[in-house]
Amino acid sequence: MAKELIKGNTAVAEAALRAGLEAYFGYPITPQTELLEHLSARMPELGRPFVQAESELGAINMVYGAACTGKRVMTSSSSPGVSLMMEGLSYIAGTEIPAVLVDVVRGGPGLGNIAPAQGDYNQIVHGGGHGDYHMIVLAPASVQEAVDMTGLAFDLAEKYRYIVTILLDGSIGQMMEPAELPPMQPLKTDVPDWAVRGTNGGEKRVLTSINLDPPAQEVMNLRLMKRWQEIEQNEVRYKEYFLDDAEYVVVGFGTAGRIALSAVRAAREKGIKVGLLRPITVAPFPKDILEELTGKVKAFLVVEMNSGMMLEDVRLVVRGRKPVEFFGRMGGVVPFPDEILTEINQLVEGLLTTEGHPRDRWLARLEKTIG
Amino acid sequence: MVLTDTPAKLVYERPEALGTTVTHYCPGCTHGVAHRLVAEVLEEMSEVGNTIGVASVGCSVFAYNYFDFDFVEAAHGRAPAMATGIKRVLPDKTVFTYQGDGDLASIGMGEIVGAASRGELITVVFINNANYGMTGGQMAPTTLPGQKTTSSPTGRDVKRQGYPIQTAELLSTLEGSAYIVRRSLHNSREIRRAKKAIRTAFEVQKKGLGFALVELLSTCPTNWHLTPVEARDWIEERMMPVFPLGDYKISSAVADLKV
Repeated sequence: MAKELIKGNTAVAEAALRAGLEAYFGYPITPQTELLEHLSARMPELGRPFVQAESELGAINMVYGAACTGKRVMTSSSSPGVSLMMEGLSYIAGTEIPAVLVDVVRGGPGLGNIAPAQGDYNQIVHGGGHGDYHMIVLAPASVQEAVDMTGLAFDLAEKYRYIVTILLDGSIGQMMEPAELPPMQPLKTDVPDWAVRGTNGGEKRVLTSINLDPPAQEVMNLRLMKRWQEIEQNEVRYKEYFLDDAEYVVVGFGTAGRIALSAVRAAREKGIKVGLLRPITVAPFPKDILEELTGKVKAFLVVEMNSGMMLEDVRLVVRGRKPVEFFGRMGGVVPFPDEILTEINQLVEGLLTTEGHPRDRWLARLEKTIG
Repeated sequence: MVLTDTPAKLVYERPEALGTTVTHYCPGCTHGVAHRLVAEVLEEMSEVGNTIGVASVGCSVFAYNYFDFDFVEAAHGRAPAMATGIKRVLPDKTVFTYQGDGDLASIGMGEIVGAASRGELITVVFINNANYGMTGGQMAPTTLPGQKTTSSPTGRDVKRQGYPIQTAELLSTLEGSAYIVRRSLHNSREIRRAKKAIRTAFEVQKKGLGFALVELLSTCPTNWHLTPVEARDWIEERMMPVFPLGDYKISSAVADLKV
């Protein structure tokens, strides 16, 4: 199929529909709304359910119900709305059913603003909802990658009976780029064994997340964790840029990773041996490649559009063996490639240290800029 | 005692849709009666194998242990949203929620109003027993003025704690609501009327006429600190003046329905 100029939110909506999305439940919130709007027209055209819910709480629980039938279903929202969905996400995880969520992240905390940000990283990657569970988190850096990740999200959700979150930031949701959409897939016809559908004279099925017997609950927890280990083993995805001979490595995901690539290219032109590691799955986190790089390079620079959230995951792998520095912009401010290039230069010229916390050094630098 | 060859006439038996699980409900609680009515109705409509129930959070959190058909368990208050999701993707199935007053009229007010306003083709069985039973008898949105609970120990003071929510009246104002009635489970006459209402509420769904809810005044002897018999009287004397029984919304299509 030919490429077309398409907005990220619309592209993800259309890609989901073509991947066999059978029902969509959502609530308007900027900068995600075009996704809901697109499906509000397209789903009824195809005779598929679309519901604008009373709230994000309603939307995620509609997804919960519909997902219990084994159908391909999803919702989408942006940061404050995703906070409301945390309850439902925990229940869905606790019931071990597949579902897809798109979070088009905006500046926060609180109502914040509608500009692109990555401040939901901790909420999405390290929990948010209560109890012991994980989600698979895909972080595309372009409209095309978001399209490609959408079909994958459903496949992974169903394979592992896990929630898959596509973590977009507002810029990918709002930006128009050329992208090739996938062909229309037929709807799934198989009904998973576990799905409710009415007994029709057979055995009854109950889908619940309650387990009053702690040892039995622990068995369920163990099952979830073992599946997570399997996911960590099989589903790590990332992109490498200029890493073969790199002495310095920038680590960034989504839009921050994409902007960092411009800075890395500019640094390469000046002869600096710097590369970029861009995690595509931020959960499971690409630990092995980072471990490998730790043995090879001089230092890391983590770049994010938040206060250093993935930074902590990088530090857990590097474990003080190599210096790690951080650069971030918060609150919906998108960094310029020049700012990151300056940080790369400082990394190369600066006094590298493994002492102290990179966030403190970054904050000291940032205060001079934005005071 | 004289044994005769005349076979006994079976007048009362456990509906098959109700399994053999021993009840966990308190003595004198009418949850069991409500469960039985739902099971009888679904059996009479031959809908048991075609039904998906949505349990809620409260004393009836384990409702699915009693019903012998497919069930899901919702988060507190969210059963109407979950039922919406199921019904929208499986429109030919019979989908109902079974919710208490804390679940439906407090934490889940957004979801129930949303579902009713959209005219979701689901049936709601709503148990009103004027308190939070599962957590030990706290004040509910349905607690009567002056009623003592563990969180209104001197009696519900309407100046500080507000007034009871009359759910059936409230939901009856919505265009999407096709059938909204209040019944009671405190005597056999009202139980028979309740059953008929539940039957109608499921027929409304089958015929696609709109959102249907049956509010059932229900006993809670344990948390009311009354005997089961006193609890029945308490419904009549104390609850019914605040929650009058009646038909609050019968859409014209439902009025034409023959049950």
